[in-house]
Amino acid sequence: MRAAIAGDAGAYRLFLEAVTPYLRALTRRRGARFGAAGSDAEDIVQEVLLAIHLKRGSWDATRPIGPWISTIVRNKLIDALRRRGRQVNVPIEDVIDTLEAEEPPDSLEQRDVARLLARLKDPQRDIVQSISVEGSSVRDTATRLKMTEGAVRVALHRALKALAVLYRSGPG
Amino acid sequence: MKTNDLIAALAQDAPVRWRLGKAVAAAMAGGAAVAGAIFFIGIGVRPDVMQAVDTVRYLFKFVVTLTLAVTATGLILHLARPGVPLGAWRWALIAAPALLVAAVVAEMIVMPTSTWGVRWIGTNARWCMTLIPLMALGPLTLLLLALRLGAPRHPGAAGAIAGLVAAGIAATFYAAHCPDDSPLFVATWYTLATGIVVLIGYFAGKRVLRW
Repeated sequence: MRAAIAGDAGAYRLFLEAVTPYLRALTRRRGARFGAAGSDAEDIVQEVLLAIHLKRGSWDATRPIGPWISTIVRNKLIDALRRRGRQVNVPIEDVIDTLEAEEPPDSLEQRDVARLLARLKDPQRDIVQSISVEGSSVRDTATRLKMTEGAVRVALHRALKALAVLYRSGPG
Repeated sequence: MKTNDLIAALAQDAPVRWRLGKAVAAAMAGGAAVAGAIFFIGIGVRPDVMQAVDTVRYLFKFVVTLTLAVTATGLILHLARPGVPLGAWRWALIAAPALLVAAVVAEMIVMPTSTWGVRWIGTNARWCMTLIPLMALGPLTLLLLALRLGAPRHPGAAGAIAGLVAAGIAATFYAAHCPDDSPLFVATWYTLATGIVVLIGYFAGKRVLRW
């Protein structure tokens, strides 16, 4: 994370990939108690990842990162569950899921995020689509859209902020 | 979008331009500059300042306002950072009011009852109630902007404490102008003015510090 804050994209990606299974387990375990189903839980994982990303300037690098992450997860989970009206129905299978936290088939969540993406404005949506789903680099995206790399980076950052607001206001 | 795709997008946005501590420090410096500009251009120090600096009452006003600014800043830095224990900062905000209460008690012991009314009402209450909130707006705005980098659990409370910081900065300048030095005056009117700023901070924080 220290390297990431200094701007090392590779290190940052490794960090996010390493922390995601932990987030998934935490979200499932806490979410299952309040009846957040599997695809819902993955939505929350993505929302937490966005929060970690946008709030990483608030981590004091001299402190351990564990409590910082788990506090963010807890706060986001409370918000997400409150938003979903906290319907408590917990089938026992969901609790068993906790033990094997794999990424679920993403049919449901894909539709949700696709809808959120559709609500972004155009250069932003195109850029997020290009860098995330299609996996192109910032440079290729910039060339294709005839923008400077700096402009693409700024637009990407704004788009991620906008996505976090959309998550927060709930799907739909 | 799969979670891994999202991670790919996040990784491309790796560098952090502003960290919370640096941003809050910049906001305080900028806020003090804005409040200071209003102060020196608009109102200035009081004419008899050379005599005033020799009196305990005048200097004590700065002790209170600076204590407020420092303790509220310490608290807000802890509240805006997830997972950082508050520790002794939980009690920090008591310091400034406790100093004021002690000073009020001392004033009431030292001064005859007949002078309390004049000392309490002062000559400048309306200015105090207007200028402190006015000079606090700059620091408050900059602080709220900086705190958007943070992740406070209760956005309203964080905004209110940012209001305390801003009021502390504004009141420090205002105290240099204000001819009323009695703790009775300070405890009443400075507190009311601070309350206005805290209220603004609370409602603004509720809106802009959500995450």
